[in-house]
Amino acid sequence: MTCTDIQAAIHGYIDGELDAVRNLEIEQHLQHCAVCSQAYEAEQTLQRTIKTGSHYYSAPTGLRKRIQSSIRQVGKSEPIFPVMPWHRLAVAASVAFVVILAWALIPSLHGVDAEQLVAQEVVSNHVRSLMVDHVADVMSTDQHTVKPWFNGKLDFSPPVKNLAKEGFPLVGGRLDYLENRAVAALVYQRQNHFINLFIWPSSRDSNVNTKALVRQGYHLFHWSKAGMMYWVISDLNETALQEFVRFVQASP
Amino acid sequence: MPDQTVARFEQVVVPHMDAAYNLARWLTRNDHDAEDLVQEAYLRAFKFFGSFHGTNARSWLLTIVRNTCYTWFRENRPQELTTSFDENIHSTEADPFDPEKLLMQSESSQLLKQALEDLPLEFREVLILRELEGLSYKDIAVIAGIPAGTVMSRLARARSRLKQCLTKLVNKER
Repeated sequence: MTCTDIQAAIHGYIDGELDAVRNLEIEQHLQHCAVCSQAYEAEQTLQRTIKTGSHYYSAPTGLRKRIQSSIRQVGKSEPIFPVMPWHRLAVAASVAFVVILAWALIPSLHGVDAEQLVAQEVVSNHVRSLMVDHVADVMSTDQHTVKPWFNGKLDFSPPVKNLAKEGFPLVGGRLDYLENRAVAALVYQRQNHFINLFIWPSSRDSNVNTKALVRQGYHLFHWSKAGMMYWVISDLNETALQEFVRFVQASP
Repeated sequence: MPDQTVARFEQVVVPHMDAAYNLARWLTRNDHDAEDLVQEAYLRAFKFFGSFHGTNARSWLLTIVRNTCYTWFRENRPQELTTSFDENIHSTEADPFDPEKLLMQSESSQLLKQALEDLPLEFREVLILRELEGLSYKDIAVIAGIPAGTVMSRLARARSRLKQCLTKLVNKER
């Protein structure tokens, strides 16, 4: 390569955009050519001066707030995905329904199907997690970040798997409350659908086979295995969610 | 369900607001216009969020910011899109760029800012994306809407113009 070629390619070299062969050619040339190596140093100095000169403009706080509130506004008035108008009402009504039901039935709680109550709680927790913009307390796709995060927050260690390869990337983890105790909530995602996976130690010893339920348009699956209860909920279709359940259940 | 869309948007796109503002601020060279354009770009991004299936939300957002800015330039400052830099006026062949000379200036940072602002739009944008945003040539090509093969030569020209501007400014200061 001539000096003209080198000085043309020096920008790709500085920016780390050249392949190994051309990198080497330039390196060797610079060792022997004073003119090119001076040009190279000048470019490097210039680049360093730009990068370290605090020329980056960060977004003002006021702008950040304005944008977030206007997006929430637009999100409410013009939903991107078709949304059933009774949806919010149904959520509110179902929450009210659960409260009234629980109040009426507390004296004879064991008379009520425990599964139904947990299912209702799971639905409420799932809806709430998406409503208040608080899907996860720890946002990470790395199971080795999410699992230790629960240390000291729970009296058990939930199994955490990243299922990105299977098409269900881990979004993060969150503390939640079910059956009068703190439980682990793991959040997964497929396209625009969030999946909540709740895990807590089971009070029953025996394993329970997977059971499917539908509540308010959400699909739910639950089972217990090795002393842990698992509840899965999502607005994802049943087949896809079943696939997710199989991946969770598969031995690591 | 809209709550999910908003939540996902806030998780995926909102964190790149600094990058969006930095680009708009450097293109418009003005706080007020930059804020308006970033807000407009974000609303556009939210509207088209359904069509975003990639993994690089920052580049996707910056493409929208850049397009929003260019639309604004066409309506408000069309001369900036057409002004060509006169090579002869700015040619300083006799007075080569000396980085040491620049660094000795106490106002070197201010001079550099001035020189960057004086660059024509097409050079300013690739330099900001490369040096301040640290983007790859591939991403820069997508955002600036130019073939990947021309990113390096445009950067080379941009840096050479920047050095000319700087040399002029440094000599004026002395």
